Amino acid sequence: MITHPTAEQLARAVGAWIDEIRPQLDERNAFLARVAANAVALIGRELAQGAEIEAAAADRFAKLLGFTGGYEELSAELCARLRAGVYGVQTPGLLAALKASALDQLAIDQPNYKHEAL
Amino acid sequence: METDVLVGLGRLAARLRGPHACLVDARRLSGGASLETWAFDIDAAGEPDRLILRRRAFPKVDPTGFQSVNLAGEAALLRAAAAAGAPVPPLIHLCDEADGLGEAHVTSRIDGETLGRRIVTDPAYESVRPGLARQCGEIMARIHGAPPPPGIGLAVEDAPVVLDRYERLYRAIGPERPILELAFRHLRVNAPDPVAPVLVHGDFRNGNLIIDPGVGVAAVLDWEMAHLGDPAEDLGWICVNSWRFGRPDRPVGGFGDYAELMAGYEQGGGPAIPLGRVRYWQAMGSLMWAVICMRMYDSWASGLTNSVERPMIGRRVSEAEIDLINLFEAGL
Repeated sequence: MITHPTAEQLARAVGAWIDEIRPQLDERNAFLARVAANAVALIGRELAQGAEIEAAAADRFAKLLGFTGGYEELSAELCARLRAGVYGVQTPGLLAALKASALDQLAIDQPNYKHEAL
Repeated sequence: METDVLVGLGRLAARLRGPHACLVDARRLSGGASLETWAFDIDAAGEPDRLILRRRAFPKVDPTGFQSVNLAGEAALLRAAAAAGAPVPPLIHLCDEADGLGEAHVTSRIDGETLGRRIVTDPAYESVRPGLARQCGEIMARIHGAPPPPGIGLAVEDAPVVLDRYERLYRAIGPERPILELAFRHLRVNAPDPVAPVLVHGDFRNGNLIIDPGVGVAAVLDWEMAHLGDPAEDLGWICVNSWRFGRPDRPVGGFGDYAELMAGYEQGGGPAIPLGRVRYWQAMGSLMWAVICMRMYDSWASGLTNSVERPMIGRRVSEAEIDLINLFEAGL
C-alpha cells in the first residue's frame, strides 16, 4: 500500500480541484460540480470512519440480538426481527442503538444535516 | 426540440391574443426531468401577458409507481383549486393538437420565490414568514374542501395503501435497512382510523410554493401528485424535516409551528386534526422520502440515468432515518 498519498488525501485533492473550476462552469454544471465535490468529501469521510462505524454498529446489533457475527449477518437478522414485529420501538435499547448507528452514518453522508433533535 | 417549442409558442401567441401578437421573450426554466417549464411573454399592444408553459418532454415515468395526473388533469385541478379559493397560477389555456406542443398547458406567471432555502433564510421574507404556516393551513383546508374534478383518474390512497406501494418499491430495490423495517412495521400497526377521503395536493411543501415578499403564499404549484386521501397527509408532508432547510426548530417548512398550521387549517374551514395524526403522516413522509432516495440511486445503478446527482441522493436515506428515529423516540 502506498500511504503517500493516502486514498483520503487523493479524495481531498480532487475535491479542491473541483472547487477551483466551479466558478467557470454554467449553472447546471456548477450545480453538478458541487454535488461531485460533496461526493468526494463523503468518500474521504467514509475512508476515514467507515470501518470504525460499521464495527460499532455490529457491536450494538450483537448486544441487541444476543449473538456475535459480521455486520451483514447481524443487520440481516435485526431486519428480519423488526419486519416480523419480534422487535419494535418498545424493545429495550433498540431505539438508542439504531440512533447511534444512524448518527454515525449521517456524519459520513451529511455532517451538516440539521435533524429535529439537535 | 427547443426550436420546436419556440415555434409552437409563436403560434400560441397568435392563437391567444390575435394575429398581431408576438412572442417577445421565451426561456426555459430549470426544472424537472420529464416536465419542462418555460417562461414567456406575449406582446399584443399594451401590457405584455406574462405566462408559463408546462409541457411534458418525455413520456411519464413515475419513480414511485404512483398514478400521477397528466397535465390536462393538472389543469382541471388548477381550476378546482381556484374555485375553492386556493391560490394557484390562473389557467389560461390547455394545449391541444393544433398547438403542436404536445401535452402542455399555459398559466399566468406569478412573481415570487420558490427556493425553499431562500424562503427560510432571506431577510426579504422576514415580514411574511411568521404568517406562512397559518396561510398554508388555510389553503390546505380550502383544497381539502374542494369537490374533486371528475374524470382525471385521481388515485385513492390511505395510509395502508401508501405503505403497500412504498414497501413494494423498497423490497424491489433490495438492501434492507433496520430503521426502514421498523418504520414500515410501526406505521402499519399504528395506521390511523380511516376517514372519508378528500382531495389532497400530495406534494404540498416548501419548494412547491411561490412566496411573495408582500403577501406570503402567492401560489401552490405542482399538482401532479394530487389524489384522494387522508387530509392529514398534506399537513404532515409539509412538516417533513428534509424540507425545513436547516431550521428543524420550525416544523412547518422551516418557517412555522404546528399550532399555526392547525389554526390556519381550522380557520379555513377544516376539522380539528390531532397533532399525533399529523406527526404520523410526517413520519410516513420521511419513510416515503427514504424510498424515493433509494429509487434515485437505483435509477442510476440500473443505467437509466447517468447524473452524479442520482447516486448522491441515495445517501440522503440517512437523513430520513435519523428523522424517523427522532419521531419514534418522541413517542410516535
